[in-house]
Amino acid sequence: MSLLPLTFLLPLAGTLILALSRGRLDARACTRVGVTSVGLAALVSLWVGWRFLAAGGQGLGITLWTWVTVGDFRPTIGLALDGLSLTMVGIITGVGFLIHLFAAWYMQGEAGVRRFYAYMNLFVASMLLLVLGDNLLLLYLGWEGVGLCSYLLIGYYYWTAANGWAAFKAFIVTRLGDVFLAIGLFLLFRELGTLDITEILARAPEVWVEGAWQAQLASLLILGGALGKSAQLPLHTWLADAMAGPTPVSALIHAATMVTAGVYLIARLHGIFELAPAVLTLVGVIGALTLLMAGFAALAQTDIKRVLAYSTMSQIGYMFLALGVGAYQAAIFHLMTHAFFKALLFLSAGAVIVSCHHEQDMRRLGGLWRRLPLAYAGFVIGGAALAALPLVTAGYYSKDEILWEALAAGHGGLMLAGLVGALLTSLYTLRLIIAIFHGEMKSDNARHAEPGHGPAHGLPLLVLAVLSTFLGAWIHPPLADVLPASPGAQAHGAGHGVLASVAALVSLGGLAIAAWLFLRRRRWLAERMASGWEARLWRLWHQAWGFDIAYDRLFVRPYRGLVRVLRSDFLDRLLLLAGWLSWVLHRGLSRTQTGKLRLYAGTMVAGMTLVLMVLVLRGL
Amino acid sequence: MTLIWLILIPFMGGLLCWQAERFGDLPPRWIALATMLIELAITLGLWFHGDYHLANAGMASDSVRWSMEWRVAWIPRFGIDVHLALDGLSLVLIALTGFLGVLAVLCSWHEIVRRVGFFHLNLLWILGGVVGVFLAIDLFLFFFFWEMMLVPMYFLIALWGHSGSEGRTRIRAATKFFIYTQASGLVMLVSILGLVFAHHANTGEYSFAYATLMQTPLSESTAMWLMLGFFVAFAVKLPVVPVHGWLPDAHAQAPTAGSVDLAGILLKTAAYGMLRFALPLFPEASQAFAPVAMTLGVIGIFYGALLACGQQDIKRLIAYTSIAHMGFVLIGIYAGTPLALQGVVLMMVAHAFSAAGLFILSGQLYERLHTRDMREMGGLWGRLGSLPGFSLCFVAASLGMPGTANFLGEFLILFGSFPVAPWVVVIASVGLVLAAIYSLLLMQRVYFGPPQGEGMLADLDHREYVMLLTLLGLVLLFGLYPQPLLDATAAAMGEVQRLFGAVPQSTTLLTGMP
Repeated sequence: MSLLPLTFLLPLAGTLILALSRGRLDARACTRVGVTSVGLAALVSLWVGWRFLAAGGQGLGITLWTWVTVGDFRPTIGLALDGLSLTMVGIITGVGFLIHLFAAWYMQGEAGVRRFYAYMNLFVASMLLLVLGDNLLLLYLGWEGVGLCSYLLIGYYYWTAANGWAAFKAFIVTRLGDVFLAIGLFLLFRELGTLDITEILARAPEVWVEGAWQAQLASLLILGGALGKSAQLPLHTWLADAMAGPTPVSALIHAATMVTAGVYLIARLHGIFELAPAVLTLVGVIGALTLLMAGFAALAQTDIKRVLAYSTMSQIGYMFLALGVGAYQAAIFHLMTHAFFKALLFLSAGAVIVSCHHEQDMRRLGGLWRRLPLAYAGFVIGGAALAALPLVTAGYYSKDEILWEALAAGHGGLMLAGLVGALLTSLYTLRLIIAIFHGEMKSDNARHAEPGHGPAHGLPLLVLAVLSTFLGAWIHPPLADVLPASPGAQAHGAGHGVLASVAALVSLGGLAIAAWLFLRRRRWLAERMASGWEARLWRLWHQAWGFDIAYDRLFVRPYRGLVRVLRSDFLDRLLLLAGWLSWVLHRGLSRTQTGKLRLYAGTMVAGMTLVLMVLVLRGL
Repeated sequence: MTLIWLILIPFMGGLLCWQAERFGDLPPRWIALATMLIELAITLGLWFHGDYHLANAGMASDSVRWSMEWRVAWIPRFGIDVHLALDGLSLVLIALTGFLGVLAVLCSWHEIVRRVGFFHLNLLWILGGVVGVFLAIDLFLFFFFWEMMLVPMYFLIALWGHSGSEGRTRIRAATKFFIYTQASGLVMLVSILGLVFAHHANTGEYSFAYATLMQTPLSESTAMWLMLGFFVAFAVKLPVVPVHGWLPDAHAQAPTAGSVDLAGILLKTAAYGMLRFALPLFPEASQAFAPVAMTLGVIGIFYGALLACGQQDIKRLIAYTSIAHMGFVLIGIYAGTPLALQGVVLMMVAHAFSAAGLFILSGQLYERLHTRDMREMGGLWGRLGSLPGFSLCFVAASLGMPGTANFLGEFLILFGSFPVAPWVVVIASVGLVLAAIYSLLLMQRVYFGPPQGEGMLADLDHREYVMLLTLLGLVLLFGLYPQPLLDATAAAMGEVQRLFGAVPQSTTLLTGMP
């Protein structure tokens, strides 16, 4: 019996202990429970991974019990371990543990630590079920579970109504995607008669020919689910608002793990997408559009975490681009390196935010590099990886691979979008770092910054910093048995060297332009941005192209209007008409009960006359 | 003999409670609790010792097979018997009645302080009537119990209810409830009599027996009209939009125990009635009517969800969510595939738990805040101990979070209905988003946002905590391992499917398939 189930059972146990403790545990004990459970899960997954690799990458399946049996409908609570899920498990428990540890420092003295760790542990458990589930219904359980935890953690500071609404928005928008996924499951079950992932992948090519409408539809629906969870166009609007949660939450859920679930889902079900090439191309196009859209938006943000949020969207756009050109392995590789460096960036941002008394407006920080050296180092290393600084960073290797695969697959346009995106990435990354750490300190919060101490603060930053360098790129996820070979593998590598040089130049060029713009020409830039078309453009980017406003007009307001119109339950009122009618008749008839004998006699005579007249007339 | 005792025990317990009032408030409560515990224990005993796997054996024969049967002549002249029978479906629903009965007694422990004995008399008589409905297979007897459970419910709302805002008084709500259900019940009586006379015209004998009437050959239009009579009665009770108007008022004004029974069990009698009578007695007519019924289900999902979003009264909100959830049940029933029908059973049980949980919670909120108006709540998360946590769990169940029984119920229905009516399923799935909206609106309005007051309110006491934890445990248990439940009802649902599904699909209108 493998220890695999322990990976999700341990965090689940953590949640249960915290949830049922009813105030018997103090904040320190809660922290200990929360961090330890994920730490143990990380150790277990290390053991499981080692055993897996030692056995030569032999897939592993464990069925705990059959969830439901009704005729052919027989989904199980069963786990399946292969190279892909192992990679994900490693990221979730490994990076997850580091973030939990950092949270022990970040959340000191906050109210409701018990709640925080209960949700965080539940999140880790759900996320593990998502990647380990051997059938789509169990995957869906994890899928919704992480959504719920995301909702709860975004709304963690519930006493500010806006946070609650941000959480609300995140849940509803992703739920919209989930409904597509659910309908996709109904379709897959009807067409293929199973929800088991292995069986689906085996049966799909037998039942469907390439380009069959069922395959197209199924992959479109699955894509819908992935778009919601991974914050891609057009379901991306929730992610920036999701930054209302505590920063470790943003690092874990909204950077490293949950938002990449869409990438995992598409990679996992690649067999269906292969049968629908048009949809696969659509995946790539959406990725490219998102990475550009989010890149511009990131340029014009003033909140540290919002910059990082748009950057996350943009990086996931790269992953979708990779998926779209059939380079699944490159997508997962970038998913992994992104988890490292984006978690590092978020945790460094968290360090800055707590040190500066919860100030997260870039315009009110500055000059902190001397005061907060560790956070600065984290930002520099993470930022370098994000901007794909050549050779020394992990991000360079993964992004380069994506661009090369796009070119090799013959999608020159997508490759070009990726290059433009790389330029934007360099620009906004350096802008962020300069605004926080260079120039003069622009507020008291910055002037009185207190650097963090202790291993819970330092260790996660250190480990993630190491993983964000080229050392992280040495970790090769064992994907060859799970995912098909990428298009670049067959093409000869002459163009690769050229492209790599171009990409490196773009990245360096972007950094140079950013340094020149934001260090030398700062005042000139500020003047240009103050008025005219530049100001309008800046505002457009600041509002991330106005999607929120459009959606508000198109969906939210009509919905609220409809609710207001219906509020009084007009159908009920309609049926009450019957009651009202009988009441009116009752009033009318009781009017005649006057007690006046003369009136009664008169009515009687009139009535008799009428009856007689009718009889006589009919007799004629 | 056990079957008649299942009905008699609540009635006798009720009388005892009524008389025990003279010894104080506590004896009626304890007697009622003991009565319902005995009822529950008997049912669970039947569950563990009985055999409800009859599906395969029943495939060939035409006669209806029961796990237990009890029969005594009542009015032989008209062929009316006291004829009770038990199969997996009735067993599960009676067990549910027993369990929610226990909860109803428990959640009234502090809430009801006036005329305690008479309150419990009414409460137990409702439950007795419901058990009778679930057991009777003589149509006259069924009608008898169907009407019988209304009267005590009327008193429960009228005497112990809350008076709502905007002129919504409890008397008015009780009257509305009574008229709606009474009027629709009469339509069903007409249908029952019509069926009996049709049988009489064929054979020259009067009979109200289920198995006998099932064989009655009917012309297409007669069958349709008679089926509609049954459907209307059940539609009012389920409730189906547009005849749902009594439900929000009744829920809002009823005491907590009344709401728990109403949402948990009374609504289920309607689904039971459809599964037991409307479909098997008139399979062809039901099949022809299925597109209409499913459309009504979809309308219910949307209408209920949209209205739930617009409510200020927390109990009215939950009441409208019930309408939305019952829309799924209606779709599942008329889809008629084994998967959908099993989903219906699970959904009924799951909704009983989650709605009961939410109503108990809003009762507890009312005890602490003395309001049900959500505009006067907000920011309660940190002030109520573990109550918000429970609310979160039941809200999650109500929005169909996987891991809860509600999710499996909804998804089995949708999975099962998809091959029959893909478009209905696709549209109904959008209801899942609406469910998320109204559920989270409740959380946002009640628990999030700036606190409206200072200081802590009373945390849950042991009675409340255990009650909620048990409910939650069951929701999760059936969400992760529903098989005991599904196995118990598999045979009964197979029977329904055999009768209903044997009819060739008369319409491709909804399938969207050539």
